[in-house]
Amino acid sequence: MSTATVSGPAVDSGPDRLRLRGQSLPRWVPLAVAAGAVVVSLLIYLLTPVDSEIQIVLMAALGFLIAMTVVSTVVEGGRRARDRFATTLVYTAFLLAVIPLIAVLVSVISKGAGRLDAGFFTHSMNGIGARDVGGGIYHAIIGTVEQVLLASLLAVPFGLLVAIYLVEYGRGRISRVISFFVDVLTGLPSIIAGLFVLAFWVLALDQGFSGFGGALALAVLMIPTVVRSAEEMLKLVPNELREAGYALGVPQWRTILRVVVPTALPGIVTGVMLAVSRVAGETAPVLLTVFGTNLINSNPFSGEQSSLPLYIYSQAGQPQKFAVDRAWAAALVLIIIIMVLNLIARVFAGRNRLK
Amino acid sequence: MATRIDVTGLTAYYGKFKAVADVNLSIEPKNVTAFIGPSGCGKSTVLRTLNRMHEVLPGARVEGKVLLDGEDLYGAGTDPVNVRRTVGMVFQRPNPFPTMSIYENVIAGLKLNGVRKKALLDERVEESLRGANLWEEVKDRLGRPGAGLSGGQQQRLCIARAIAVEPQVLLMDEPCSALDPISTLAIEDLITKLKSSFTIVIVTHNMQQASRVSDATAFFSLEKTGDPGRLVEFDKTSKIFSNPTEKRTEDYVSGRFG
Repeated sequence: MSTATVSGPAVDSGPDRLRLRGQSLPRWVPLAVAAGAVVVSLLIYLLTPVDSEIQIVLMAALGFLIAMTVVSTVVEGGRRARDRFATTLVYTAFLLAVIPLIAVLVSVISKGAGRLDAGFFTHSMNGIGARDVGGGIYHAIIGTVEQVLLASLLAVPFGLLVAIYLVEYGRGRISRVISFFVDVLTGLPSIIAGLFVLAFWVLALDQGFSGFGGALALAVLMIPTVVRSAEEMLKLVPNELREAGYALGVPQWRTILRVVVPTALPGIVTGVMLAVSRVAGETAPVLLTVFGTNLINSNPFSGEQSSLPLYIYSQAGQPQKFAVDRAWAAALVLIIIIMVLNLIARVFAGRNRLK
Repeated sequence: MATRIDVTGLTAYYGKFKAVADVNLSIEPKNVTAFIGPSGCGKSTVLRTLNRMHEVLPGARVEGKVLLDGEDLYGAGTDPVNVRRTVGMVFQRPNPFPTMSIYENVIAGLKLNGVRKKALLDERVEESLRGANLWEEVKDRLGRPGAGLSGGQQQRLCIARAIAVEPQVLLMDEPCSALDPISTLAIEDLITKLKSSFTIVIVTHNMQQASRVSDATAFFSLEKTGDPGRLVEFDKTSKIFSNPTEKRTEDYVSGRFG
């Protein structure tokens, strides 16, 4: 009788029978609402006794959230309004998370940049009192570099071997026990690692304070991080690659060494760098095992050394302006060192990414 | 070169699960033998027992005998690593080593086993890539990553890698199932060519492929899920596809089941 038609609810004939189009706010509206919220809260700030900047900022944000949702509900309908509401919340959370980060960077740079001169990098604190201008972090940089390097030399091979055991060989109870203890170690407070080395290495074995003692404590902190990140990366290597190796008559250990580890290497390097960055900023374990000094000691195996976190700690603890300035500058140097390490790790990881 | 394989009373387990039971077959040298059958019937498992790759999975074990020219692969003192050097394997998905170039991929088996002589390696790369019909396509970019090739080229690279260690037998586990028809044709041509120097065993889901490339065909099946797979019929390919003895084989190859 009739031609075949798609049956469905009767729809008004018109240009938009299928309701594909919807009302949507022009792009300037959110900006206008934001401006309105800011203006209103500024008025409140000026005209009422409320005089806390934080409250005003929060009020502006809240005002924007409410006004935007209302406007959107009226014009665009419920679904889009909920979308805008969620979007606003997500952006606000992002901004809140970034504020402390930027605040830290800004304050460290503004307060620390003033002391960054050649003398600061080439001098120790030998003979410099808290009231004296001058002094530097040469001894602290040497200490940090040596201690972190030694800690990495101890922790990275060890952690990598543990990870390889867990992923490639570990079966049954032993691997579960190891895995459990790695988890426990991950949550170990850093000062406990320091106390352990203090009690065991410095006092019981009577080795005295030294950079190496600090490296031991830092290695204890690094190992679980290295194990976990390397383990995750090794697990990501497809089993097919291992089988391809075995099927060529390559023994398992060689397959691991030449196929599995190289494939996972970029990720492993990133994990190691994160572990290095973490321990480079540790203060408590270093304080207990290296002790700190104002003099240059480039031998990590005997006598007290300094390190950047220790230096910051001791300088910031003194009430004189020059000492506090030195602490800020040292903090800036520490951040820069860690950032450079991270950048190197990223470049390395990017260059070797699986194609 | 090229070796015969005799399988007797082979039963393979994954942990407690019996995957295939009581398989007996004889694979002729310099022949292509195809394993066909529905999913889960254990054809890949049987294939993997032929170079001791089955036991790579945790809990997997094998009973019975696999004789390679009379030597038992599962006999005391047999080293699985040596077995795999003699019986090479190509997998379902092309799996070139992602950190290695085309050149390094081909000689991976040799290099990882300690061959260092540059002249020998160069020669073997060209020989193997020519053997895998890939030389003309990649000879100008041997230093490029192997993973940058197309799927079909990668699979031929994997075949080149497998034949570079000069095995006697080549096992192929659905080598074309991830490839387009043109690449499949290239691999099938290659199989026909390789037959003159290797004993080839190929698992395939594609019955036309089995009838095109193989000399003998083994049909595996299973009663129902959970039962072990069994070898139903093993005969010349022409007989399996035209006049099989078993009703079940006929149903399967004619498309009435599976």
